Amino acid sequence: MGVPGEGLAKGLAVTLKTMTRRSHTQQYPDVEPDLPPRSRGVIALLEENCTVCMLCARECPDWCIYIDSHKEEVVVPGAARARQRNVLDRFDIDFSLCMYCGICIEACPFDALYWTPEFEYAEYDIRDLLHDKERLGEWMATVPPPPVHDPNGEPSKEESAAAKKGRT
Amino acid sequence: MPLWLELTIRVAGVVIAFLTLPLLVGQAEHKVMAHMQGRLGPMYAGGFHGWAQLIADGVKFVQKEDVTPSAADRPVFRLAPVVALMPYLLALLVIPLGPGDLVGEPLDIGLFFVLAVVGVGVVAVLMSGWASANKYSLLGGLRAAAQLLGYELPLVLAAASVAMAAGTLSLPGIVSAWEPWWLLWQAPAMVVFFVAGVAEIRRPPFDMPIADSELVFGYMTEYTGLRFAFFLLAEYVGIVVIAALTTVLFLGGWQGPFGDEYLGWLWTLIKVFAVSFVIIWLRVSYPRLREDQLQRLCWLVLVPLALGQLVLTAAVRVVM
Repeated sequence: MGVPGEGLAKGLAVTLKTMTRRSHTQQYPDVEPDLPPRSRGVIALLEENCTVCMLCARECPDWCIYIDSHKEEVVVPGAARARQRNVLDRFDIDFSLCMYCGICIEACPFDALYWTPEFEYAEYDIRDLLHDKERLGEWMATVPPPPVHDPNGEPSKEESAAAKKGRT
Repeated sequence: MPLWLELTIRVAGVVIAFLTLPLLVGQAEHKVMAHMQGRLGPMYAGGFHGWAQLIADGVKFVQKEDVTPSAADRPVFRLAPVVALMPYLLALLVIPLGPGDLVGEPLDIGLFFVLAVVGVGVVAVLMSGWASANKYSLLGGLRAAAQLLGYELPLVLAAASVAMAAGTLSLPGIVSAWEPWWLLWQAPAMVVFFVAGVAEIRRPPFDMPIADSELVFGYMTEYTGLRFAFFLLAEYVGIVVIAALTTVLFLGGWQGPFGDEYLGWLWTLIKVFAVSFVIIWLRVSYPRLREDQLQRLCWLVLVPLALGQLVLTAAVRVVM
């Protein structure tokens, strides 16, 4: 049994203490929010890296990536026959469907897709949320540098593979 | 100074206090409540930390349509907000700000007048509750009637104690008679008066008649526009009046550490704002009392406490 009215006093103390502390409000439109590293804002496309392998479109859980392409013959002087090459015609991501799982970025074997922290691309018409490859390419400028390696973490695959090669 | 000029100045002063103090308290409530909840509160209106928020609200309320429900009792419904607001304006008239002539109208029965006039508030609540033709309004109105009638008793008993101690019903007289040791002697009466006063103006945690989570907005449910703003203004003026009464009756009004003659008005204002802050603080800290807890607090705690204080006051007066 405590002192009668102890709970009432505690309640008053909590509110008074909160009042003297800084509030948690972020003044968003006036002040840019400080987002955590690796924030998932929008997906950027580095078109030169894309080989139209379609892995991203196939892995996408809600099928929001649309890819069209055609094949082009590339004549290499001195080679026995002309080589074929995929050319990207259309690469759209429908951000009204996207659930920001990032599987497309994980799946891409050629590092053509990146996360960027930009998030101010709301639209009045839901159809405008379909970003074509030019729009996705524009986001490339906002991709942050990759975070530094955690000194206590496991070494990267490349490092450990190189170390192994050096030993044998 | 001719009589008419003096009267005009006095009335103008009271009206100015009536229009500015509630706004200050309201703005303080916005900000204090926000910071107590880890927020910032209004930040845009007026440019600097949202100082003009309540003015902007007022402009908005004026622009809104004034709806009277078709089933409502029209004249009663339209009159209720004015009836809610007027008593507090009249109460401000007799509350002294400083020593000497710094009061709207020095009445010999000032305390009696204030308590009678503040009691009119219950009529406004019942009017709005009945006339709205809305079940939520009616429930809120009846709850308010039960609450206000109940809490009127400890309020009057506590005020009677201090009037007995001072030997006068005049508010300036009570302040003149007040001495610092009364803070201790009249402490139970002060607590009773303050709690009952907060219940009288239906502030949380005693906002059972409004109870927005269960009764929509109680007796104010059907009100819109300017009439709704009148009810809100009445609430804030109510805070000022209760804080001012607590100050005058129990905290020594214009008596301060120094310079009572010239700085009396400042001490009064500081005390009024401090008490208003406590009212806001209670609102943020405590949840709403249930109806039965509300009545239990009134009849089983406050009334016996006030009666005991009366006995104590009488005993001390007889001995001294």
